[in-house]
Amino acid sequence: MNVIVEREKGLLELEQRIEELKSHAAQQPVDMSAEIRALEAKYAEIQREIFGTMTPWQRVHMARHPKRPIGSDYVRALDQFDELHGDRHFRDDHAIVAGFAKLRGRRVVAIAQDKGRDTKEKVFRNFGMPAPEGYRKVIRLVQLADHLGLPVVTFVDTSGADPGIGSEERAQSEAIAQSLFELADARVPIVATIIGEGGSGGALALALADRVLMLEHAVYSVASPEGAAAILWGDAARAEEAATRLKLTSDDLLQFGIADEVIPEPLGGAHRDPSGTVARVLDAVDRALGVLAGVAPDELRERRYRKFRRIGTTGA
Amino acid sequence: MPMPEWLRLRRAQPVPAEEAAQWTKCPKCGTMIYRPDLAANLWVCSTCGHHFRMHAFDRISTLVDGDFTEIGGELIPGDPLGWTDKVSYAQKLQRDREKSQLTEGVVCGFGSIGGFPVALGVMDFNFRGGTMGTVVGERITQLFERARERKLPCVVFTASGGARMEEGMLALMQMAKTTLAVRRFHDEGGYYVSVLTDPTTGGVSASFAFQADVILAEAKAAIGFAGRRVIEQTIRQKLPENFQTAEFLLEKGALDMVVERKDVKSRLVRLLDYGLGGGRPTNGKAAAAPEPAPSERPA
Repeated sequence: MNVIVEREKGLLELEQRIEELKSHAAQQPVDMSAEIRALEAKYAEIQREIFGTMTPWQRVHMARHPKRPIGSDYVRALDQFDELHGDRHFRDDHAIVAGFAKLRGRRVVAIAQDKGRDTKEKVFRNFGMPAPEGYRKVIRLVQLADHLGLPVVTFVDTSGADPGIGSEERAQSEAIAQSLFELADARVPIVATIIGEGGSGGALALALADRVLMLEHAVYSVASPEGAAAILWGDAARAEEAATRLKLTSDDLLQFGIADEVIPEPLGGAHRDPSGTVARVLDAVDRALGVLAGVAPDELRERRYRKFRRIGTTGA
Repeated sequence: MPMPEWLRLRRAQPVPAEEAAQWTKCPKCGTMIYRPDLAANLWVCSTCGHHFRMHAFDRISTLVDGDFTEIGGELIPGDPLGWTDKVSYAQKLQRDREKSQLTEGVVCGFGSIGGFPVALGVMDFNFRGGTMGTVVGERITQLFERARERKLPCVVFTASGGARMEEGMLALMQMAKTTLAVRRFHDEGGYYVSVLTDPTTGGVSASFAFQADVILAEAKAAIGFAGRRVIEQTIRQKLPENFQTAEFLLEKGALDMVVERKDVKSRLVRLLDYGLGGGRPTNGKAAAAPEPAPSERPA
């Protein structure tokens, strides 16, 4: 059960009542504007109360909100997109949507993790958990981007890499390790945006980037809260506690110097204004690409090295 | 730098006196083993061949020819998240330091193996399950950076439960940091051999363990990305016995070779030799290996 969806229920009821009153007022000669204003004020107050300060666990649920914009929404909002499929070895992994694209007029290679919206789509997309062939598609497209001199733009949203038998048989570790190895060497700019959940190595495999952007209510953690609780205490039910301890919010990551920029969301979360949020993200990516465009390839790699090199140097 | 005190002590007396009197039980076949015998057999059960997890110091002392110069030993982890559950992170670290006699989950440094100078990193499961936090990441990174500067091949023995939860995202970022160091080392011609030992999983297997030029695994070692329990819970069925073993991965094509512990050193020496490249004696460049003495040549 999503705690944000639960908290939103009262708000949605209020929203409906305001709408009803408004349409009623339009038809009747009675002045109800005072009543409407009062309800609207109450609505705003509750909204601030719920979303003004959110606990890390609520943030996790915001990042997983069923109506939150997902990878394919970002891909659809690009000026142009030509999907490229497959790892050329085994199969096409539907948890990752990738291809040539134009973003605010720039030619790029876009790579998005996609969780799927409805049940059927979620199954098709394996809930956004890529298998090794997904990461091998990423490797192939990063090589292609490097070959053509196109920047790489990634949209990260996964609870983690797929933990199935087939994924282990096809060496999930090797696929992620090599995806990182490829990103480390790319001579083109890489901009990663954490749009929802950034879960563990399965997320990082798309986020060894020159600029790491994060949506305000996205989370990014060493393991999903459920996974961390299982590892630490053998009890996935203690996920809320893990979420609190892991320091996984955008504020935390900005403070650690892992996220370079936080993109604000509307009050109540990205799903309150999906197209506006997506547009703001694409604008931010465009700005980041603009800054990186003039940097020479060697300098780009040197800066990328230094960006991650300083994280945890003293052990403190 | 001279041989560190701990290494000299290990050499002089591989098993401490109070432990020497003890017997231990093989977890695989149940045979009672006299500890000095176990040490003499490289911590492999002589009855069933079970490979016990090795202490990093023991591993190093069985590999290097003479001196071993440790680097990064002074690095001690902080507590970036201010982590406390049942006990504080600082207490967990202190407990593991005492228990393992290690300062962190990896020992890195320089020595030579079979006459080949190398940069050597050895992880140890005894310290927080060999998990990678900022210090493990930093030591591995420094190892590859120094190896690059000194143009030495790099050998890393991995043993890890993955990223260290108590250091959160700073731990995860060590995957990126070490990757960048390995990549730079690789791009400048560095030769890297990894030896995956039991267990090698999570963030370590998904970064430097699987970025080597040649990847070895010790016999029967558990190797994988997701933990066995996680997979079993996800698919709700028992996994086959050999799942995620070194032999299983070899069969699937993920490893170059599986090696019994007794053969690890000799195999490494052979592999390090190939790393010297194709300098043929006839083209005027220095030959990789000395020509065999005339007396050793077949008649």
